[in-house]
Amino acid sequence: MKAWIAFWNILLKDMRSYYLKPPNISWGLLFPLVWITMFFIRSGLGMENLPELLPGLVALSILFGTTSVLSVTVTFEKKGRSFERLLLAPVSLELLMLSKTSGAILFGTVNAFVPILVAMLLTDLSAVNWSILVPATILIAISSTFLGLFIAVSVKEVFEAQTFSNFFRFPMIFLCGLFFPIEHLPVWLRPLSYVLPLTYGADVLHGSIHRSARMPLALDFGLLAAFCAVLFTVSLRNIRRKWIM
Amino acid sequence: MAKGRCDIIEVKGLTKIFDGTTAVDDVSFAVQAGELFGFLGPNGAGKTTTINVLTGLARPYGGAIRIAGIDCSTNPKAAQHLMGVVPDESNLYPELTGFDNLCFCGSLYGMNRHDRESRARQLLDRFGLAEASERKFAGYSRGMKRKLTIAAGIIHKPEILFLDEPTTGLDVASARQLRQLIADLHRAGTTIFLTTHYIEEAERLCERIAFIVAGRIVKIDTVEHLLQPFQKKQVIQITSINGAESIQARLSDTFGDMEFIFSDNKIIRVEADKPILAGAIVRFLEEQGIEVSEARRIRPSLEDVFVRVTGIETDAMKKEKEKSGMGGKA
Repeated sequence: MKAWIAFWNILLKDMRSYYLKPPNISWGLLFPLVWITMFFIRSGLGMENLPELLPGLVALSILFGTTSVLSVTVTFEKKGRSFERLLLAPVSLELLMLSKTSGAILFGTVNAFVPILVAMLLTDLSAVNWSILVPATILIAISSTFLGLFIAVSVKEVFEAQTFSNFFRFPMIFLCGLFFPIEHLPVWLRPLSYVLPLTYGADVLHGSIHRSARMPLALDFGLLAAFCAVLFTVSLRNIRRKWIM
Repeated sequence: MAKGRCDIIEVKGLTKIFDGTTAVDDVSFAVQAGELFGFLGPNGAGKTTTINVLTGLARPYGGAIRIAGIDCSTNPKAAQHLMGVVPDESNLYPELTGFDNLCFCGSLYGMNRHDRESRARQLLDRFGLAEASERKFAGYSRGMKRKLTIAAGIIHKPEILFLDEPTTGLDVASARQLRQLIADLHRAGTTIFLTTHYIEEAERLCERIAFIVAGRIVKIDTVEHLLQPFQKKQVIQITSINGAESIQARLSDTFGDMEFIFSDNKIIRVEADKPILAGAIVRFLEEQGIEVSEARRIRPSLEDVFVRVTGIETDAMKKEKEKSGMGGKA
């Protein structure tokens, strides 16, 4: 019970201090809207084609929403030594880091629903399988958040967190099959696609929004969950190794 | 030190190595429940590293640690609920108010909302920060930040409080106020593990002191016992206007039963086991062309013990600290 009081208050503090700040709220709303507009202008498609773009918009909103804030705030707290306060608390490292990442997961999930809500207003989404889309969105948010945590633990400076985030994010966007199928990539690049968590996230999103998944959805979910477990475990191991020296 | 108190911190053969450098070298000591124990040493002696290992912020390379009977060598989390930690730099959240910072720290120890809010108000009152409670921590003065950091360390009423250089960089008034707070906490029964490089502070506050130099404890005892050999000693300090070091040998020859120590060219410390006739030495110096501006009897202090035991001049310690940007004498 006491550990959960700590968990809840860390989450609450992070939400108030970082995620619910006006610049982040406006960024969280504007970012998906800008992407929607940009893709429409670029593709010249009509409203009826919006579901085709939706998986990409949802995935980008989650990816940027989760990794941007988390990697920076954890690095910032580590540098300012306030992170030591958490390490000194009588709460297991696993629960501490789950509470630190919960804010980003929530923020990423809410971000994901911005393009979905816009699409609901503009086009017919009756073909969407919500019972797959909702858990998939949450699972993608978790895996992206843990990727952000992995980045935060790997760097020392705040600016490094941003640079390192982009090192992962931009190749991932183009290699994960969101905007063009993996089969269209050069053969030598394809193996790289299959080691990216977003590849499986993108496949579930395609499957749930316009029924065009390339892999079995159970496999996508399983691999996404495996990525979450691996990224979280490696991040915790790195914290123990680098920050509790 | 009262008899019959149990050891609440037990450290045996503690060693910590960073990148091939031994920061703490086979350190052993015990702190009794309710004791105010001081760790005194220069910069880089291993004081903060020892605190970090004891509190779980660093892993020991070797040795055993028991806190309140709990083996913390491999699982430091097991005893963290008993500890409050005040680091050498204030590390609260700059974006939170003083009140919110204390409440947040209370929540990390599982305190419910009512308890942590009433305790936070009580501490803000006690530390004279009630009026600043709704101001953001980032806007606090250095002294206020230190006070709030100490308040955050005791919000959950810990049995053991680790204080790392609590008064470093503070002005005289704030440092005095903090020392009073530390003494009050000690009187209330909290075990306090205090590191400092201010010898007067350690002498004034601590019951027992360990001198740590280059990662090793070189002496550990009660302040009373540490001072005992020096109580019989007579000491006077003579300040000259022109330098006197050139006649050190002549002084020793003339006053064979006295010891002459030059901390710099113009200050002579005279020590003897029998009463010193200052007039005779001053006259001798003036005959040698040395102009004396002051001669005064000084009470033996812990500084004398520290210099004798460690061979480190305390002025050098202060200068080293000031150079590292930690502020002036508190």
